[in-house]
Amino acid sequence: MNAVEIRSLTKSFGAIKAVDGLTLDIGEGELFALLGVNAAGKTTTIKMLSGVLRPDGGDALIMGHSVLTELAAAKEAMNVSPQETAVAPNLTARENLELMAGIYGAGRADARRAAEDMEGELGLSHVSDRRARTLSGGWQRRLSIAMALITRPKVLFLDEPTLGLDILARRELWREIEKLKGGTAVILTTHYLEEAEALADRIGVMTGGRLTAAGTAEELKAAAGKDSFEDAFVEQASGGAQA
Amino acid sequence: MKYFAGRNLKEILRDRLNLFFGLLFPLLILTLLYFINRRIPASAGMELFQLKNLTPGVAVFGLSFVSLFGGMLIARDRSEAFLTRLYSSPLRAADYIFGYILPLLPLALGQIVCLFLLSYILGLAWEPLKLLLCLLTLLPSALLFAGIGLLCGSLLTDRQVGGVCGALLTNLTAWLSGTWFSLDLFGETGKKICYILPFANAVDSSRAALTGGSGAAKLWIVAAYAVGTLLLAVAAFSRQMRRG
Repeated sequence: MNAVEIRSLTKSFGAIKAVDGLTLDIGEGELFALLGVNAAGKTTTIKMLSGVLRPDGGDALIMGHSVLTELAAAKEAMNVSPQETAVAPNLTARENLELMAGIYGAGRADARRAAEDMEGELGLSHVSDRRARTLSGGWQRRLSIAMALITRPKVLFLDEPTLGLDILARRELWREIEKLKGGTAVILTTHYLEEAEALADRIGVMTGGRLTAAGTAEELKAAAGKDSFEDAFVEQASGGAQA
Repeated sequence: MKYFAGRNLKEILRDRLNLFFGLLFPLLILTLLYFINRRIPASAGMELFQLKNLTPGVAVFGLSFVSLFGGMLIARDRSEAFLTRLYSSPLRAADYIFGYILPLLPLALGQIVCLFLLSYILGLAWEPLKLLLCLLTLLPSALLFAGIGLLCGSLLTDRQVGGVCGALLTNLTAWLSGTWFSLDLFGETGKKICYILPFANAVDSSRAALTGGSGAAKLWIVAAYAVGTLLLAVAAFSRQMRRG
């Protein structure tokens, strides 16, 4: 079974077609990077797959559950780290983690244990008792990602996870994301091309709401006839043919 | 839902401004008016500032801040992507709605209890059954203001909530409830308008519970407003949820 199966997914906002007939499969344990310039439809796609927005057309299956007809079951299998840092500001880092664990069904003791483990994994132990609003932007983002990882989802959406992080923190997070490969299907959106190249098993390029290319970094370079991935991306993002 | 409700309660209680306006401010108002009343000669016949009439009035006024707390929390969650994160979680619409409304009720209760404790210290006669009845009559008011908070938080930005709930609603509650002055001063038509709105009915019904006077029937008007507001609030929140 594929972790994510997308069939002709479409979403419009008035006259603007933000996502136009997206079709894509992502395997279990695969790390798929979704690239595109601003307003390409990446975040709208993530929102539809995560149940925040209802598609206007098409469907998607998350671990076999339709986001249209079995949304509750689909949500149990996934988690999201949104593009904007999304933490409860007056709760401590520990409380934020326990909150997410609890919302996904963990009892108090399990939630506490999961929070301790996640703090250790992402280096949050020393800020455990600090309120989230007192943390720097980078630490808040790290906490936000930890809140997505704590439920050990089968499908994880990371919307620009390293935005705002310094290079050391970014590399640390890359290591954590790589550990997920093989077990969790990760759909990652990013503007950092080196991040996609370093982490992803496959990369998709969205342009104007459509998937214009999909494949490994090498395949995309070959298809665009370019030596560097950046040049290949620019070629695809500036109006390549439908994949 | 209990985790979400617990989080919302913590968010509200850990905001110092909320604690001041929610708890200290009504206590200050009550104390101030108590001392003002002591300087008013008995011959003036100013009964409104006697503790048995004043305390229920200030209680209703204090409850108007509950809408501010709830509304600000929801509006801020919407603006800061936290709610978007939760929308992708297994929480259902009912979990959100109860999760936002339920924490406001113990806040309201705590506010009222503190107010009455102060009132007893200042000299209000200790009558536990009447106190219990008064608390029960204030419950529809608590639900009404919680519903207004949910409604405003679902539709407005946090700055707008501050204006509507913080400035407009608290002033409407203060001026149109008969807490500080008799509504007779508004004239016949003005008084009728005041009694079409829920605030004066809320104060009258809770005063009646404490003093044994007439006014208990007005509780149904407050209850009707509370139910109507909550239904509107649920519809507004659900619509916002569907929009993501």
